[in-house]
Order: sequence, then structure tokens, then C-alpha cells
Amino acid sequence: MEKNTSCFFSNSSPNLVITCFVAFITIILVRFLYVIYRTGKPLNKRTPQQTLSTLIVLGSGGHTAEMINLLLVLQKDRFTPRFYIAAATDNMSLQKARMFENSLADSGVKGISAEFMQIYRSREVGQSYVTSVWTTLVATAHALWLMIKIRPQVVLCNGPGTCIPLCVIAFIFKVVGIRWSSIFYVESIARVKRLSLSGLLLYKLQIADQFFVQWPQLQRKYPRAHYVGCLM
Amino acid sequence: MGEARDGVKVKRVVFVTVGTTCFDALVKVADSQEVKDELYRRGYTDLLIQMGRGSYLPIKSTGDDGSLAVDYFTFSSSIADHLRSASLVISHAGSGSIFETLQLGKPLIVVVNEDLMDNHQSELAEELAERKHLYCARPLTLHQTIAGMDLNSLVPYSPGDATPVAKLINRFLGFPEES
Repeated sequence: MEKNTSCFFSNSSPNLVITCFVAFITIILVRFLYVIYRTGKPLNKRTPQQTLSTLIVLGSGGHTAEMINLLLVLQKDRFTPRFYIAAATDNMSLQKARMFENSLADSGVKGISAEFMQIYRSREVGQSYVTSVWTTLVATAHALWLMIKIRPQVVLCNGPGTCIPLCVIAFIFKVVGIRWSSIFYVESIARVKRLSLSGLLLYKLQIADQFFVQWPQLQRKYPRAHYVGCLM
Repeated sequence: MGEARDGVKVKRVVFVTVGTTCFDALVKVADSQEVKDELYRRGYTDLLIQMGRGSYLPIKSTGDDGSLAVDYFTFSSSIADHLRSASLVISHAGSGSIFETLQLGKPLIVVVNEDLMDNHQSELAEELAERKHLYCARPLTLHQTIAGMDLNSLVPYSPGDATPVAKLINRFLGFPEES
């Protein structure tokens, strides 16, 4: 009798494991398809929120200036608390963001909540694509750490490579149910005829909920994008 | 050439900027005798070069000997003041520098850096040049552009507007429209 019992258990354990595994994969797949389906669809209006925690990805060059320009016309009491992330090697961007938040305080805006963080860069300008694989993995691990802490409801980005790991993780958070977020991407004003690599990835993979371009030539090429004219 | 009635020379400054980049080709050509002579011929008195991360050092000059006064620096936290006091701006093709200059209403020559891999910057410069908001040049053609430019033919740039984006974002998130 005992021998039969032990045979029964040793036969069913692998089956149990396989069943659990298949169930798990199926759930993830269903969630994944659900997220893809809901990406780009406006949020459910029946449960509007008062405030949404917002992640703002900054970048060197004109990226931060463009982002600040957008933040000027967004209602600060809706997009709060605000988390600014810039690449570790980018010295000016967080400074500009701090100045922006200080100017809000100076002009009498109440209840300001802003945090400023640095992230390891996936790839430096001109870095070889081969070494970029490793640095991207490190950057992704760091991004995961930061995203777990922040868990934003809104992600605003406009081009720097630093936004890719963050957006991918935001997407994964949606799939596994950690946090639902709305991802907005504004392609830089410097992109007239071709999308940046970040833009191309987020457009093709359909990770961004809304994709904005500033020149009509891009809207013709990428029909799912919204043409919004020049921001600067 | 630019002298007020009491004999004090009116300063007309040409400000060259490479932003946060390294663009030795522009700094070098701006400091070349050809370009400096052309600028002097067109009535400018001072040349101020913001050279960024470059390694080429221009030669400073007081301009007392009937030529352009030349000075340079690497970085400043804000070039807005330099842009404001310039009569002509010669800039690399970075969007930040371009739009900061256009928004101040200053005449602008954008010089495209041909050494950059995947030069998407030239798209923006060329598009804005096509719309006659600025002149577009390469380092080797800068002196020709200066010689032939007609700053009165430039069309002023109207500042952009981010509110269409804000509207779409708010609508997507279910926030009520502003009145």
C-alpha cells in the first residue's frame, strides 16, 4: 500500500507543477492582452481621480526645456506628487527641474510635492551598441528599483533613452497588476521627418497610451500619433 | 561703421554657441580670419564664443587694431543674457539653443555638425531655414552665408504652444475641461 501511495505522489507532483505553471502563464498572457487592449483607451470616467502621481523623465539637450514647457500648462494640483528622473551623467536637467518647482512655490502654489532622482544611463551618446547591452541591463535593474518606490500613475517622457526601461517597467506593472499607469510620449521638436529610437520603440511596441508629434510630416508617417504642433 | 555721434563705438556682438556639446569645427571656423573679416565687413565689432566641451582655444583679441574683438568661455549656467545682448547668433543645431534664440527674436545662423553620427539635428535646422526663420550653414560654408545674408528677410518665429498636448492628456485621464 505504502509503495502505491508514494508512487501516486511522485507521479502527480510534476503534473501539479506543470498545471500551476500553465495556469500562471495563461493568467499573465490574458493580463498582457488586456493591457494591450486598454492601451490608448481613455481612463474609465466613472472613477475620476483628484490627483495622479506623475513620473517625469528628463533628458540632456533640449529635452528638459521641452518638458518644462509642457509642465507649465498642466495643472499642478492634478499631477502631484511629481517625481523627476534624469540620467546620472546629466547635470543640468535636475537643476532646471528644481528651479521650476521653486518658481511654483515662489508664485504661491500650495502643496507642492516633488522629488528628484538620478538613474544609470542605458546608453551614452555614441556608445557602441555592443557594450550598450550590459549598461542597459544595469539601467533596467536600477529603473526597476526606482519604479517600485514610485509606482506612478502617469508617465511623461519626450525622447531620452532613459525613458525606455522606465516605460517598459510601467507596462509590466500594468500586466502584473502592481500599478495601472497612463504613458504619454511627446516626440522632440527636433524630430521633423524621423522618429527617435525611443519614439520608434514606444510607437511600434504600442507601449505609450498617447503618442504626440510636433511636425505634420511625422503624423503622416505614423498615423497613430497625434499632431500637436510645435511646443517651443 | 557703427559709431555714434559722440565717437563712442556701438557694440555689435556676434555670439557663437555650441551648447553642451563639443563642436571644434564651428569654434575653429568662427575664429578663422575669413569669417572674422566677413563679420567685421558686415559691421560687427565683437565676437564672443561659448566653446563648450571643445579643445580648440580661440585667440583672444581686444580689437583695438581695427578688427573684431574676440573673447571666449566654456560654459555658463544660462546663455540668455549673452543671447539678449547679441546682434547676431551663430549656433550649433541643438533645439534648445535654436528656440531660445528664436524666442528672443535674434537673427540666427545655425551651423550643422557634420561629424555627428545619425545627424537628426540637421532636419530641424533645414525645416526652420525653409520656413525662413534662420539661416542654415555648414562649417565650411559659414563665411559665404555671412557674406550673403539679408537679416531683414528672416521671418519672426511665433512661440509654440503646449496647451493642445495638455488638453489631450487631461481628456484622456478624465479630468474636466478648463473653462
